[in-house]
Amino acid sequence: MKHADMSLEFNGSSSMPTPGALTIRDVVKIYDPEGVNIMAVDHCSMKITPGEFCMIVGPSGCGKTTLLNAIAGFHSITSGEIFLDGKLLCGPGKPIAAQGADRIVVFQNGALFPWKTLAENVAYGPMVQGVLSKRNALEKAHEMLAEAGLGEFGGKYPGEVSSGMARRAEIVRALINKPKVLLLDEPYRAMDGLTKSIMHEALLEVYDRTKVTIFFITHDLEEAIFLGDRVYVLTTRPCRLKKVVNVDIPRPRNYEVLSSEQFRLLIEETRDAVHEEAIKAFQLGERELA
Amino acid sequence: MHQVVSSDELQVAPRATPNRLVRGWYLLTKRARSPTPYLTAFGILLWVFVYWLLCEGLKLPRFVKLPGPITVLSEWLSPHPQQGISIFTPEYYLHIYISCRRIFIAFCIATSIGVPLGLVMGWSRTFRDYTFPILETLRPIPILAWVPLAILMFSGYETPVIFLATLASVFVTTLNTMLGVQSIDEAYFRAAGCLGSSRWDVFRHVVVPGALPFIFTGLQISVGVAWFSLVAAEMVSGDFGLGYLILSSYMNGVTVPMVIAMLTLGFVGWFTSAMVRFVGNRLMQWHARALALQGR
Repeated sequence: MKHADMSLEFNGSSSMPTPGALTIRDVVKIYDPEGVNIMAVDHCSMKITPGEFCMIVGPSGCGKTTLLNAIAGFHSITSGEIFLDGKLLCGPGKPIAAQGADRIVVFQNGALFPWKTLAENVAYGPMVQGVLSKRNALEKAHEMLAEAGLGEFGGKYPGEVSSGMARRAEIVRALINKPKVLLLDEPYRAMDGLTKSIMHEALLEVYDRTKVTIFFITHDLEEAIFLGDRVYVLTTRPCRLKKVVNVDIPRPRNYEVLSSEQFRLLIEETRDAVHEEAIKAFQLGERELA
Repeated sequence: MHQVVSSDELQVAPRATPNRLVRGWYLLTKRARSPTPYLTAFGILLWVFVYWLLCEGLKLPRFVKLPGPITVLSEWLSPHPQQGISIFTPEYYLHIYISCRRIFIAFCIATSIGVPLGLVMGWSRTFRDYTFPILETLRPIPILAWVPLAILMFSGYETPVIFLATLASVFVTTLNTMLGVQSIDEAYFRAAGCLGSSRWDVFRHVVVPGALPFIFTGLQISVGVAWFSLVAAEMVSGDFGLGYLILSSYMNGVTVPMVIAMLTLGFVGWFTSAMVRFVGNRLMQWHARALALQGR
């Protein structure tokens, strides 16, 4: 009987869009580095639907990354709850979520292992989880890199390819695990505008193909509206939800969107809220917390 | 005169990976065009000239007892050396062999203790808390201060000498390995965690390769440290070896073998660090390639 259940579940997850409903309820995070409590997140709540491309916008140091760290299981939360598909990730009695391949982070400065080739990096997840043998994992990795247009770079080390390619490979490294949520922490921050635009199109293409839930942190408003389904504007520290903007620009999107009237109106609708918080953050002048 | 060339005129060959020979030749000629080899050669000549001037040219009072470069070189290359040591005497090679063997043994022991110890110390906070104070207390004790203890603990000539050389290396290797683990960017640990690694996976795939550049820097220093503690040990207790040769020549009043042994030490030591570097580069293709791309 159990066997039948398993197969049903397997079929369910492969034919239906990947689940990935992320619920953040009343999350509070208090840092205590030197005996002085600093509130980084103050009763923040969000409900992210499965397959949503969600953009988190807020000034530097506002606590966006704190939220991401809580979801990924890098840091504890002080109170509140975070659920993934109805399952408690962290909450009362469980301050820190277990790290797992259902939520994969793409890091701000990139975290491909420099001592592994791109293909070995991509194969790493399935290999250590024991999902695929090393050989099969590498085969699959080469396949997926080729799909992402990185076919000929599989044997290169991250130090040998451009930052854009490395970042794309990092997204492939996440996707091979079929995560429920992809967590991106300002992944294109250090890139020049032209590279960034290519990265955006590649990410949109990936999203249209996989419909994975994306939790994308940025402080670039245009990026947020161009990519996202919904933009969550956060206040400066302590971080709370300030405004939610629905972006109903149809998909697939391309660069023409940027010059459309709709895009301009959405920017206008959001800009004041973001700007206000940016000023507050600047006046606070505090150092960013990790 | 600079001339602007339009892009149509400018012919660029399609990028292909040149074969090893072509690339090697290119790098060689590039090096020959750079000032480095000439400056190096000039520098060496200059130093030798100063050495000659002090000892043999001007015969300054302080240097009068020292053998000059011409004396040393002619003795070194002579088939019938007056003071007993040259490249034609088997004894010379015996000293080198004995010292190298001791270094090899000491280095192997030190590496097989120091690297695992350092890795665990860097990786596990608890283990570091237990061990670090002891390491830091023992580390500053000069190797010569260990000599009496070594002689008390071990019998014969060989083991105390190897013990002393090992001891010096272990500290360097351990410390560098530990720092290597601590230098690994937190993001790699997090990424490994996200991707479903067990603790053992993290150790194997993140801690060890991530610390490797530091480990090899440490090993290069460690092999150097092993040499100078070895020589110190050989001077105090030994029957053969380059350190012994230096001291016994001095005792017997023959200064030329002393200088020959010193220079030999320099060359052999240089060679051993180069070997460690070579092995390191082979093991860390990713590191070597990234450095090569930066033009280093």
